[in-house]
Amino acid sequence: MTFLLGLPVAALQIAGVPLPTLLAEVTAAEDPASRFIRLLTVFLLAMWVGFEVITKVPQRLHTPLTSGSNAISGITAVGAIVVAGSLATRFGSLLGFLAVVLAMINVAGGFVVTHRMLEMFQPKKK
Amino acid sequence: MSSQAWINLAYLAASMLFIVAFKLMTGPRTAVKGNYLGAAGMSIAVLAACCESPVMERVTTHGAWPLVLVGLGAVIGGAIGATMALKYPMTGMPQMVALLNGFGGAASALVAGAELWNATAAAKAAATPLDPWTQFAIATAVTGLIGAVTLCGSLVAFAKLEELPRFKQAWTDPNRHWINLSLATATLLVLWGLCAFPSSNILFWLLVILGGALGCTLTMPIGGADMPVVICLLNSYSGLAAAAAGFVIDNSVLVIAGSLVGASGLILTAIMCQAMNRSLLGVLFGGLGTTTIASADDVYAGKVKSASAEEIAMLLEGAGRVVIVPGYGLAVAQAQHAVRELAAALEKRGTTVEYAIHPVAGRMPGHMNVLLAEADIPYEKLREMDDINPTFPETDVAIVIGANDVVNPAARTDPKSPIAGMPILDVDKARTVVVVKRSLSPGFAGIPNPLFAADNTLMYFADGKKAILDLTAAIEKG
Repeated sequence: MTFLLGLPVAALQIAGVPLPTLLAEVTAAEDPASRFIRLLTVFLLAMWVGFEVITKVPQRLHTPLTSGSNAISGITAVGAIVVAGSLATRFGSLLGFLAVVLAMINVAGGFVVTHRMLEMFQPKKK
Repeated sequence: MSSQAWINLAYLAASMLFIVAFKLMTGPRTAVKGNYLGAAGMSIAVLAACCESPVMERVTTHGAWPLVLVGLGAVIGGAIGATMALKYPMTGMPQMVALLNGFGGAASALVAGAELWNATAAAKAAATPLDPWTQFAIATAVTGLIGAVTLCGSLVAFAKLEELPRFKQAWTDPNRHWINLSLATATLLVLWGLCAFPSSNILFWLLVILGGALGCTLTMPIGGADMPVVICLLNSYSGLAAAAAGFVIDNSVLVIAGSLVGASGLILTAIMCQAMNRSLLGVLFGGLGTTTIASADDVYAGKVKSASAEEIAMLLEGAGRVVIVPGYGLAVAQAQHAVRELAAALEKRGTTVEYAIHPVAGRMPGHMNVLLAEADIPYEKLREMDDINPTFPETDVAIVIGANDVVNPAARTDPKSPIAGMPILDVDKARTVVVVKRSLSPGFAGIPNPLFAADNTLMYFADGKKAILDLTAAIEKG
């Protein structure tokens, strides 16, 4: 039921932002609490969408689903790229570089193996 | 619009593509498209990440070096990943998925570690220490912990699935609960410490080490039969680690993609637990209990009938509808292709042949379907349990190959059985049941199977693959 808490927050946020400010370049910093609540909203709503969508996947396709979701968990590559590319400290960039390598193994491995499996499920031409 | 707004828009597009990708996973044809869309979303997100201002500022001051570094990492990782994906055999899919889960978790933990290192360096330069209990501090600690648990748990799961000698046996030290409890307590203390003193990189790496140890000790006691649950759970963790990393760097695409994967893993975990009739806590902490059960002699005494290939071939020649029930034993014997040939021989005579797949057949969710699809068995003929169970009374012959507990009618009839209430394939309702098995040895649950002694059951004692080949030969001769 926790996800229901996110809904009014999301609605208030959307209602509270007038359109002109939405597209203008606002420089005022967001306060930490509302930034956290914004991400929490996104987290809970995405979890909910995930539950709704994935319960409809048939059991026959659960292995490709696992490997495909594996590839998507490689999204952490985004964080890795930013921290590696910012070259802020040597050690930080080294860790970032390793993270890029590991995340990209995840991404490439996941998508390719999922494709390989799904190809096997296609009707064969005789 | 600022350039950051465009980058965020790209992240939004990527998030939407991920959701559509999951949505299209409902059918084998659309799933191919879904996989492409997922890859497209990932490419968009990766390109947008390269345009983020910390990277672009460095590009203007240092030239293309930051992008070269990132590109090099991406090429190395991509090459390793693609090679693994193309080389790994389908029977080894669970191991490969376990490894990838581990790498995903490790990547998230490294991102958190690198962010913390950079942030403390910047804080030292500005002489303003990091504030305790901020979103950054808490999320960094949580990401490090989940990432480390995922990495080490996955490596142990990989070792178990590869059947490496040291990991083959489940770890059943009676003190393991105390070891786990003290490790967990220490981990939580360090987690608390890191949130309170976020400038301490040492605490972060201590947390990673403790989390890693906890990941090992939590996975080591889990038996081979429970591996599907562990894989799903680790899959979920790798997503949650990515989502937590999104809280560290304040990025919603990480949060969205991570929680989608987290949700997917949790659903699969629940489905696997239900199909095995076990609670998640039972899988994680119980180990397989040693319950006292009906002795095999009482169940089987004098009631087991065995038959030869010729007798079974005669039976199959008169059958209008045959259902094949494959278990993991079939995959171990590499008998998928032999089974397809048997089905082809039967279909040539006008018999309908279908396959009944239990949710836990194989070593990860849906594994058996992939193994049969690899042997060119059409997707439409692979039927799920709930779908095929009502049709068993109209089935002339059910052939059980390498499956045991998932066809044990005791789950339905004996409330005292350890598998009572577990959903099973109702093969005993077919007119005749043929069980291909080497001996009467019990399955993972360690209990005798009354199906083998039923009036309508014929046992065919033989090695799985050879049995199927002999059967096919007998049918083609007859």
